Amino acid sequence: MEHIQDIQELQASLISLFSALDDEAAGENVTSPATISLDHVRSGANLERLCRPEQLPAAAGILDDQSFMLESITGVDRLEQQEFELWYDFIHTGIPGYRVVLRCTLPREEAELPSLCALYPAANWHEREVFDFFGIRFADHPDLTRILLPEDADFYPLRKDYTP
Amino acid sequence: MNLARQHYEETFVLNLGPQHPATHGVLRVKVTMDGEYVIKAEPVLGYIHRMHEKIAEQGSFAQFMPYTARMDYLHALAFNHGYCLAVERAAGIEVPERAEYIRVITVELNRVASHLLWWAAFLLDLGGFTPLLYAFDDREKVVDLLERVTGSRLTYCYFRFGGVCHDVDEEFITGTRAFIERLRKRLPTMYHSLVTGNIILIKRIKDIGFISREQCRRYGASGPVARGSGIDFDVRRHEPYSVYPELEFDVPVYPEGDSMARYMVRMDEIEQSLRIIEQALDKLPDGPIMAKVPRNLKPEAGSCYAAVETARGSLGHRLICDGGAKPYRLKLRSPTFSNLSLYGEVAEGMMIADALAFLGSLDLVIPEIDR
Amino acid sequence: MNDIMANPLVRALVYMIGLIAFAGLNAAYLVWCERKGAARIQRRTGPCEVGWAGLLQPLADGLKLMTKQLLVPDGVDAALFRLAPILAMLPGMVSLAVVPFSDTLQAREMELSALLIFAFASIGMLCVLLGGWASGNKFAIISSARAVSQNLAYEIPMLLTLITIAFISGSLNLRDIALEQQGNVFHWNLFRLEGWHIITMWISFIIFFICSIAETNRAPFDLAEAESELVAGYMTEYSSMGYGLFMMAEYINIVVGACLTTVLFLGGWGCPFGLAPGWWWFALKIYLLIFTIIWVRWTYPRTQIYRLLNLSWKVMIPFSLVNLLITAGLVKFL
Repeated sequence: MEHIQDIQELQASLISLFSALDDEAAGENVTSPATISLDHVRSGANLERLCRPEQLPAAAGILDDQSFMLESITGVDRLEQQEFELWYDFIHTGIPGYRVVLRCTLPREEAELPSLCALYPAANWHEREVFDFFGIRFADHPDLTRILLPEDADFYPLRKDYTP
Repeated sequence: MNLARQHYEETFVLNLGPQHPATHGVLRVKVTMDGEYVIKAEPVLGYIHRMHEKIAEQGSFAQFMPYTARMDYLHALAFNHGYCLAVERAAGIEVPERAEYIRVITVELNRVASHLLWWAAFLLDLGGFTPLLYAFDDREKVVDLLERVTGSRLTYCYFRFGGVCHDVDEEFITGTRAFIERLRKRLPTMYHSLVTGNIILIKRIKDIGFISREQCRRYGASGPVARGSGIDFDVRRHEPYSVYPELEFDVPVYPEGDSMARYMVRMDEIEQSLRIIEQALDKLPDGPIMAKVPRNLKPEAGSCYAAVETARGSLGHRLICDGGAKPYRLKLRSPTFSNLSLYGEVAEGMMIADALAFLGSLDLVIPEIDR
Repeated sequence: MNDIMANPLVRALVYMIGLIAFAGLNAAYLVWCERKGAARIQRRTGPCEVGWAGLLQPLADGLKLMTKQLLVPDGVDAALFRLAPILAMLPGMVSLAVVPFSDTLQAREMELSALLIFAFASIGMLCVLLGGWASGNKFAIISSARAVSQNLAYEIPMLLTLITIAFISGSLNLRDIALEQQGNVFHWNLFRLEGWHIITMWISFIIFFICSIAETNRAPFDLAEAESELVAGYMTEYSSMGYGLFMMAEYINIVVGACLTTVLFLGGWGCPFGLAPGWWWFALKIYLLIFTIIWVRWTYPRTQIYRLLNLSWKVMIPFSLVNLLITAGLVKFL
């Protein structure tokens, strides 16, 4: 796919591509995901996309086509809402400072979502880290083991209900 | 006995580390070898993991400040800067101009020190001892200068939300100018003609450890690793922060993708950093060094991302606040964590000596990977 | 005095003690020279606390090593593990017995003394193999495999250049080779004008000197103990004097290599101007060569094993073969 070089054009094209994802799943009556334009100065990103977990590989695929780089995956424990939140930070390697965030929430119990390893090998270690700290599982991950904590650890330290 | 099995039996596993001279700290690389060839290399992390992200959630925003320097101890001020930037963005704090210039000067001095130390350690990996002493000679000067303003020599805690904690004095400025002149003189004579042109060095790092542009992007590599593979990606230029837009500097990019390219990127960056420091010293305005910041900082609920360029690549902080006095979640995106993740793929099929030279060319700081 | 020395038993004893003292002192003080030399090259002062200019440092180091425990880890072949460092010392010491330090100062003259040194050098390599193998450590085994392939590769060009010398001198007796070069600098093999040997001898000398650095496992060819890759190579598991003996063996081998180069190319004990020949000239020459070896070590980074082997098999051996042919031609037709 041709890489878009203009920032406005890219923003518009990404918004339309993301909304196309929703159309595919429009029949199913689930909470509607959204694409939000952000102020880079205030939040450090240009575009935020709320995804359902199963939409994640498709959304990342759109970004991959546009030569984005996966910078980090952040897990957040929203204990009050009984949810986990995941933030995927992408940056464009050509257009200066154009960042896109994919966000998705999933229930705290039996948390599992698809892995991005096949698209982005970078996701491999980042997903392992999220698993290590939160116990969130990634389906089809080639080697979902602890990465920073000892392999025999039986706790997930970044969960808000964890007490050492 | 079938061939595959026979092949399997002829391999052996070598544990490089966690205590090994070439891993510069407690990195462990589990290497499956066939003779001297690396069949598979798996980095094993976590030997110096300290759970900084949890520590951040325990105390106030300011209390986490000293910890930032404990991650990348070689470019500690960039980690100071990254964290300050994230909190300032979340709380909407404006930093006075003088403080911004002082931040840039000290961060760039620290970057020079970090690259000099990398250069020394890399040559040590290749079996050249003498350059270490030459580089430390220059690094010592930087460390002395930084000690004068920050009070510490390695793990700085100098930046504050809204500024810096001490002003620079005249002696620091003249000392820095003298250092720039000294290093500019020594770079071509001592560094380049003694080492860069050495035939053994060129043979050891040229065409060794090739990383393609696409590999860099897919693995999220940044910093000199990405720029050595032809990706023009430098956060200082890409997403300008602080006063970098007002300063003139080049981003060295080499398209070759081998260890030599990464070496050259770092050597050129030393020169560019000197250029930045010089301009910043010229432009250094008068004024306050601290903004008025509430003692008990409570940013509004929300999330922001702030990136800075450290000596090793793009450092990101994703800061999520809930309106309280403590960070709700602070994610540290450390550059070498991503840079190292491509090691396994690239090192496959290399000779062990080349694989270790390649490891050195990635410029790893283990506490930053493990956090 | 001469009467007592005429007694073969006394003579043997005196030379034995003398050579052991020479080897031991050299091993100890070359470490000091190396550290001082390295320090100067790196703009440091080097050892300066123990004794004047740190001259007692080698003794202190020796004492420290001797008081340490020789650890024999589980899983090593204990007998071979202990034997290897002792054996490693021997070849160098024995080789010194046939080196003619001056016209009269030679422990044992022998017709094939040049070959004897090569034979013992190979035994030295076997000791490295033994030490690495007995350690049962993977780094040590890789290292000893490297040492063997390296020594094998570099002995061939070395022997080929030795043959060119044998052509010119008509002998493999080190004393005869040295005697043949007496006179001023243009009688030395390296600069020999007679028979136009100066043309080929330069190449022989360079090949021989590079090979002797490689044979003694010195930087930039110190691949057997490449500390940034293989920790300490075949010495990884050794502590105390086990390690100390290996280090001593390395320095004695350097001395032997320098002696051999001096005898073969630099006119042995002869003076460059043909004046007052004697052991002092010999000493001056070997220490100049040793200084060069130290200088090289602290200047260059290490090469890779495959480049090292390529250098020998693809560059040095063809060059020394052609060199041999040209020398044979010169000897035959001039």
